[in-house]
Amino acid sequence: MSGQMSERPVLEARGLNKSFGSVVVTRDVNMSLRRGERRALIGPNGAGKTTFVNLLSGRLRPTSGEVFLDGVDVSRADEARRSKLGMGRTFQITSLFPALTAHENIFLALAECAGFGLHMLRSARSYGALHDRADELLEKVGLLPVSATTVQQLPYGQQRLIEIAVALALEPKVLLLDEPAAGIPTSERDLILDIVKALPGDIAVLLIDHDMDLVFRFAERITVLVQGSILVEGSPAEIAADQRVRDVYLGEKS
Amino acid sequence: MGRTATIWLEPLPWLLALATYALAPQYAPLMTQIFVMILFAMSLDLLVGYTGIVTLGHAAQFGTGAYVAGILAARGWITDPTLTAVLAMLAAGTVGLLFGSLMLRTKGLAFLMLSVASGMLLYEIANKATGITGGDDGLQGVVFSPLLGLWEFDFRGTTAFFYSLLMLFLTFIFLRRVVNSPFGWSLRGIRENDLRMAAIGCQNYRRRLIAYTLASALAGLAGAVQAQCTGFVALNSLSFELSGGVLIMLILGGSGRLYGAMFGVPIYMIAQDYLAKNDPTNWFLWQGIILLILVLFARGGVLSLAERGFQACWRKVAR
Repeated sequence: MSGQMSERPVLEARGLNKSFGSVVVTRDVNMSLRRGERRALIGPNGAGKTTFVNLLSGRLRPTSGEVFLDGVDVSRADEARRSKLGMGRTFQITSLFPALTAHENIFLALAECAGFGLHMLRSARSYGALHDRADELLEKVGLLPVSATTVQQLPYGQQRLIEIAVALALEPKVLLLDEPAAGIPTSERDLILDIVKALPGDIAVLLIDHDMDLVFRFAERITVLVQGSILVEGSPAEIAADQRVRDVYLGEKS
Repeated sequence: MGRTATIWLEPLPWLLALATYALAPQYAPLMTQIFVMILFAMSLDLLVGYTGIVTLGHAAQFGTGAYVAGILAARGWITDPTLTAVLAMLAAGTVGLLFGSLMLRTKGLAFLMLSVASGMLLYEIANKATGITGGDDGLQGVVFSPLLGLWEFDFRGTTAFFYSLLMLFLTFIFLRRVVNSPFGWSLRGIRENDLRMAAIGCQNYRRRLIAYTLASALAGLAGAVQAQCTGFVALNSLSFELSGGVLIMLILGGSGRLYGAMFGVPIYMIAQDYLAKNDPTNWFLWQGIILLILVLFARGGVLSLAERGFQACWRKVAR
């Protein structure tokens, strides 16, 4: 539109607004992610981070504004459609299929992604390629040994990893990680970070987290959200040096 | 070890069904009723057990199937059992598609109330349209031509017995395929966590509507088979009582495993037959007691109770 020669962003939010009644939760947010970018979104509690993620993923509809996914206007597309177009996400509060095994959790995502969800008369067991891929993804997050365990029996930290594996199964262009390390003991956070860092290079990742250590070790750029609008965006060094960020966030948090 | 054991056990219920005929042919009519109800309960299991859609209006589709088959035959329009069964399935599937497309936009209690309403709506229509349905007296004089032109529906109920058993068997084979397919797995995904299903790209509403339509068509088949085997369609085939009853039978056996219906229905119906014969005034009291025991001691139904018992024994033996 502005005739820039730069590469088209893989995810773009333009003038996003969201209010619940008279409460404005997201205020004129503009943000774009390059292909393969490693971005973090931080902000104090109640800044509207999760709402913003929900607006991007399609769980919530914006009051006004647009979302573009790889150049396609998905503002009016629902979550399932956006997922098909390459939007993957994990949830702050683990959202899996508790009574199904780790393997089945991932298989479901693979089957939906491959468009097999309506196949009715062939045994799910006979889709060998998908099962191999599911094992591969479990291997990647180090959970192949618990492949046949139902997710509800797994420790929380492992459930968090399955969240990531399920999102990866969709072969997303954009991956929204909503506090992947939430509720995990500090000792195990490095494991999550390692896996997040090892994500395929062509996926643009937006990481939302409170853990400054995690964020600064992961991100190329950081966006700071305060009271629903973007306060500042910059490299980790710039953000760390920014007085306003210190005032509203770092100072308050430490 | 579990897998080989179940494969070995698989033909057992079917052999048992055949054995009852060989040993006690006088019970063929009761067994036929049981087969029809198992078929009906299995179709409900696709919704309740696999997709997590709890409905109290499944009789709407059962009754539709029964009346469509019954009216076609009573008027002498089409009396061939196979053809009327297919038409009954189509009709019930269409009714399910229509009701489902409205009801499935809601969830939980709202859905439950709407499902009750869907059943009552059709019940009242059938009740008022006495010219077509016979109203409260039921639809009389339903005579079907011989099955495949070969076997007449006789007074002793032999044809009905084998016909209903065959229909049940075919439905079971079909449903087992469906629940083990990627589609069936996705239904379990919706039951477990529909929000996550949406996030991985599943159009939940559409998926649930397909399941609802499928279950409706099979409920219609059960209704048609009942009309064909009894030569009569009662108004209560559309009743709330039947919708509730079949749900109780399913939960009694254990939902979400297809076999649950095979155990819950006979236990319930044989108890009903026995108790209603010996103690007709207190049947509802007994029904209440069965329900209480079920909820207090056997949450997952008879099957999961048996499973737990079996596992406990196995552990003792293994030790």
